[in-house]
Amino acid sequence: MITAPVVEPVVELVNVTRSFPGPPEVQALKSVNLRVERGDYLSIVGPSGSGKSTMLNLLGLLDRPSVGEYHLDGRDTSLLDEKQRAIVRGGTIGFVFQAFHLLPHRTVLDNVLLATLYSGVPRAEREDRARAALLRVGLGRRLDFLPGTLSGGERQRVAVARAVVASPELLLADEPTGNLDETTGGEVMDLFEELHADGLTLIVITHDQAVSDRAKRRVRITDGRLSELS
Amino acid sequence: MTFSFKRMLRRRSRAAALPEAVADVSGDEPTTSAELTLSIVPVIRRADRFSVQDLLVEASHGVGARPSRLVMTTLGTVLGIASLVVTIGFAQTAAGQISNQFDAVSATQILIKPASTRNSSGNEQATGRLPWDAPERVDRLAGVERAGLVADVDVVGQPVTSVPVNDPSAAQTLSPAVIATSPNLLAAVRGQVVTGRYFDAGHDERGDRVAVLGSRAAETLGINRVDSQPSIFIGEVPYTVIGIIDGVERRANLLDAVIVPLNTARTQFGLTAPAELHVQIEVGAGTLVSRQAPIALDPSAPENFTVQAPAAASSLQDNIQADINIVFLTLGILALLAGGLGIANVTLLSVMERVGEIGLRRALGATRRNIARQFIVESAVIGLLGGLIGSALGVFAVVVVSLLQGWTPILDPVVAIGAALLGTIVGLAAGAYPALRASNIEPITALRGGT
Repeated sequence: MITAPVVEPVVELVNVTRSFPGPPEVQALKSVNLRVERGDYLSIVGPSGSGKSTMLNLLGLLDRPSVGEYHLDGRDTSLLDEKQRAIVRGGTIGFVFQAFHLLPHRTVLDNVLLATLYSGVPRAEREDRARAALLRVGLGRRLDFLPGTLSGGERQRVAVARAVVASPELLLADEPTGNLDETTGGEVMDLFEELHADGLTLIVITHDQAVSDRAKRRVRITDGRLSELS
Repeated sequence: MTFSFKRMLRRRSRAAALPEAVADVSGDEPTTSAELTLSIVPVIRRADRFSVQDLLVEASHGVGARPSRLVMTTLGTVLGIASLVVTIGFAQTAAGQISNQFDAVSATQILIKPASTRNSSGNEQATGRLPWDAPERVDRLAGVERAGLVADVDVVGQPVTSVPVNDPSAAQTLSPAVIATSPNLLAAVRGQVVTGRYFDAGHDERGDRVAVLGSRAAETLGINRVDSQPSIFIGEVPYTVIGIIDGVERRANLLDAVIVPLNTARTQFGLTAPAELHVQIEVGAGTLVSRQAPIALDPSAPENFTVQAPAAASSLQDNIQADINIVFLTLGILALLAGGLGIANVTLLSVMERVGEIGLRRALGATRRNIARQFIVESAVIGLLGGLIGSALGVFAVVVVSLLQGWTPILDPVVAIGAALLGTIVGLAAGAYPALRASNIEPITALRGGT
């Protein structure tokens, strides 16, 4: 019933190299090619020092490639200046971090609303969206709590709600279970699967093989080079 | 029935529908599947990206996050602004006090008396004497408008009455004093003739026995008109009353006195010397006249006269203001500088503590400028708070001290408002460097390095 129109990939890296000037010069990413289609669930797995952080920075528009092209949602990001990159970042990418990064003095609802400030969600929609997102991650009754009173798993779910509240094209998760025990980590991964089932494009960057194995598509990164698994 | 997050969001973006209304996933809208494949994201109208309102809300949260620290931070600004307001307030109040004392009349009036010393037995003794022609001598000085002599006349206990009969049954009344003046004194003390006339140089020269009554003395003596040439008696000597005066602004005891010409007093009562020389001067001539008049009166011994003059009025005012201003303005500016440094310091500390938050905001789409503005506004708000509190305290202090001293508190409202704004400016300036530091934080370093 669904006719497949020609769809731009969400992420397309073409021969991307990122080198840090030395001495000695370090090539954190070496001629990387990666294509992430809309609705993909991709994991990038690798040990520390393999270039994961650089990958995250590039994908999240927090850094620029030294060589090569990065197309995000059909746009060549090399043409964007610093300010435009920030706006595109706010509008198209949702981040989930290992350390949650919730503001300790703000309520759960405020923390989720924070993501709507910079992504251009109309003011009238903000609160409804934030409530809906929190309801979706199962924290509908925790709206007025401060993050300090929540468990680690709950905090990460707040972070997930914050990441999706502005309807991003891409959700970038950086070691999302790194600070969680196995059970709560598993719950967060379940949540990711549900979001993926809803059509969200997901990239999870991790060193944890178990986390990586839950993704539909897996990529290994070693010494700055990508290799497709399975 | 599955719960679809993206559908829910789409519904929300179209019309703020309740979550219950979202459960319907039956796909009755023909566009649904197409939208699904084109974009996993419901198309939302991008608007309201970090508006001024958002900036203010975020900044106020940042300011209010640590109330106790806020108090300490604002303290320097509060003290600085308060001391500035107090300084200016006291200067203005003092200026008001001084100009009250040196009002228009006294600013154009000089009083010259013979200098006096205390002799060995403790009595005041005049060391000089005013010449009889003193008015003519000072009249020639620049800035002098009118001059007149006054002397208290000792009538040796003789009663002043309007009837020559000694009536033993009449109640004893206190006789009005007798004062001798030169003919032009009335103008020099700004009195007015109510009825009749003041005596002139002719009366004075001849030593005529004429008298002018002060309005209250006339009342005591029962005289209210002079057309019938009534007489009064000093002792048993009759004097013709030729006028009644009133409205004397200087030397108000003239109103209670019987006034006779100087020469009359000399011949009748043996008056030896005039007591005071009243000089009416032009505004601003006080310094000059008070220096020249004693020389004009007695070139060989000008030190024998004391001069009461408004001479120092303006310079006194300046001196007082200058003293207050220099001391307190210096203190105020120092306190304000310390306050500004305090704000800068705490904002910088806050930037360092909130590295994670800054990284997060950048990741969520904040530009460097968004971050810088947030911290600038935060420190400006702290400065404004300090300015408002300081300004209020300053006004309060001026009012309380004035109340205790019985002064009229005077403070330009512009000063109070301006002081609060100055606090904001201090905050803005203090926030500049921390904001620059904040905007230069690299998001990933901040996000990875955080807790």
